[in-house]
Amino acid sequence: MSLQLKNVSFYYESGGERKQALRNLSLEIGSNELIGLVGQTGSGKSTLLQLLNGLERPWEGRVLLDGRDVAAKDFSRKELCGRVGLVFQYPEHQLFGATVVEDVQFGPRNLGWEPLEVELSAFQALKDVGIGEDLLDVSPLALSGGQKRRVALAGVLAMKPEYLILDEPMAGLDPAGRREVFQMLLKLHRERNMSILFVSHSMEDVAEYAERVIVMHQGKVVLDGAARQIFRFEKELEQIGLRVPQTARFMHRLRDDGFPLKEECITPQEAVECILRQRGKSVR
Amino acid sequence: MIRDITIGQYYSVDSTIHRLDPRVKILGTLAYMISLFTFRDFAGYAVAVLFFALVLALSKVPFSYAARGLKPIFILMAFTAFLNLFWTDGTVFFRVGALAVTWEGLYKMIYISLRLILLVLGSSLMTLTTTPNQLTDGLERIFGPLKVFRVPVHEMAMMMSIALRFIPILIEETNRIMKAQTARGADFESGNLLQRLRNMLPLLIPLFVSAIRRATDLALAMDARCYHGGAGRTKMYPLRYRVNDFVAYGCLVAYIVILRAVVWVCPW
Repeated sequence: MSLQLKNVSFYYESGGERKQALRNLSLEIGSNELIGLVGQTGSGKSTLLQLLNGLERPWEGRVLLDGRDVAAKDFSRKELCGRVGLVFQYPEHQLFGATVVEDVQFGPRNLGWEPLEVELSAFQALKDVGIGEDLLDVSPLALSGGQKRRVALAGVLAMKPEYLILDEPMAGLDPAGRREVFQMLLKLHRERNMSILFVSHSMEDVAEYAERVIVMHQGKVVLDGAARQIFRFEKELEQIGLRVPQTARFMHRLRDDGFPLKEECITPQEAVECILRQRGKSVR
Repeated sequence: MIRDITIGQYYSVDSTIHRLDPRVKILGTLAYMISLFTFRDFAGYAVAVLFFALVLALSKVPFSYAARGLKPIFILMAFTAFLNLFWTDGTVFFRVGALAVTWEGLYKMIYISLRLILLVLGSSLMTLTTTPNQLTDGLERIFGPLKVFRVPVHEMAMMMSIALRFIPILIEETNRIMKAQTARGADFESGNLLQRLRNMLPLLIPLFVSAIRRATDLALAMDARCYHGGAGRTKMYPLRYRVNDFVAYGCLVAYIVILRAVVWVCPW
């Protein structure tokens, strides 16, 4: 079970000029992974997401879902849409239904499911994102910003994707909203074994939630591995305009100053525990 | 998808024509277009084509680029040519079944097609050499005197420039929403006309919502900067006629005089 990119290249053409967005990129997303994708603006992240969902086709190379080429004739676009859910930035801008339920049903109905199945999956998705029953028949435009975002997410979850791909799911949300969205993603990941890939510009969020981190630069994957390992490369990340989480930076400075640290700590929680242990104090 | 559409077809180079005051170009284009309706002689067309060629050369816009404006009206032109060719009374030139081609029809077809082509080329040359903002500025000044009759000239010009400003933004937004809905399995390309219209709803509703949201934001931002309409408002770059502009007006008058003289002297 995997979603794979093999030697993929992609170009954008505008006004006769051709710009390369992805350069011979290969990548594999297994089942039940939780991946943070980071990179500067223009590094090819958005293009990569759109390739995974079949919105764009690679110029060279192949996209494989469970080993089957998604460009093959017998592979329908709808199947890909349903199995690889893509949530764009500010997904609430796509809401259009007269009621919340109706909007969430749009996706599964497009997949040609039975009416009962459509309804069930819509209710389940709304429950998953924590939209109460009192809001089901409200116009999505009447909701608050955070609620809209969650309804829009439900619109993709209702299609029961195996892979969920999100472009900056937290952009424009307040800290409480960010935490809510992330808790929800974590729950889906743990309870439904959903493989999740999210783009984020917040290294703190990536350190906190992602198990695996992929770093992109100029259309290539330059680093790919466990979050803890990736954030060791402070210098290298800075060279490509990125940084490591505040905590990792702080711990690196401490180590440079001679503080004996063995482990790599990337979240505040870990750092506290690590320092306390070092001091011979018990961790609460 | 619709990313290929380009509106506001300004061709960005520096040329004598580009630097002219937009009022000259607007009035000049208008005069040129009217002049095309004042004659039917080929001698007149020779003068009109020559004048257009001169302006085009001065503007540094490649002909192939200017001719793109003809594409959308091609069907209209073919249709008019067809009608004129077959449905004009006169001496029969030759027959195709029930359809008769007359000399008069042939003549009419040629001069009406020429007239249409020159009309489109002339007006597209104006939009190619003038930015949309300059155009609205020029229009605002030309219609300025109407303020006396309480016509909201400034407000109309402001609306026009805002509308123009929003076109690329809305195109981008359309692309984005289209992609988002496609990712949810929406289909914008198949089905009959009615189905397709229905399928457009998930695109149109968010687009309208977003347009209204952007308009509200813009209104607030303008209000926050104390925008209060045209009264007492000055411009950073006020339009002012320069020597070249008067020369251009002179050329325009010369063109009309020559045109009239040629049409009067040559009977064909």
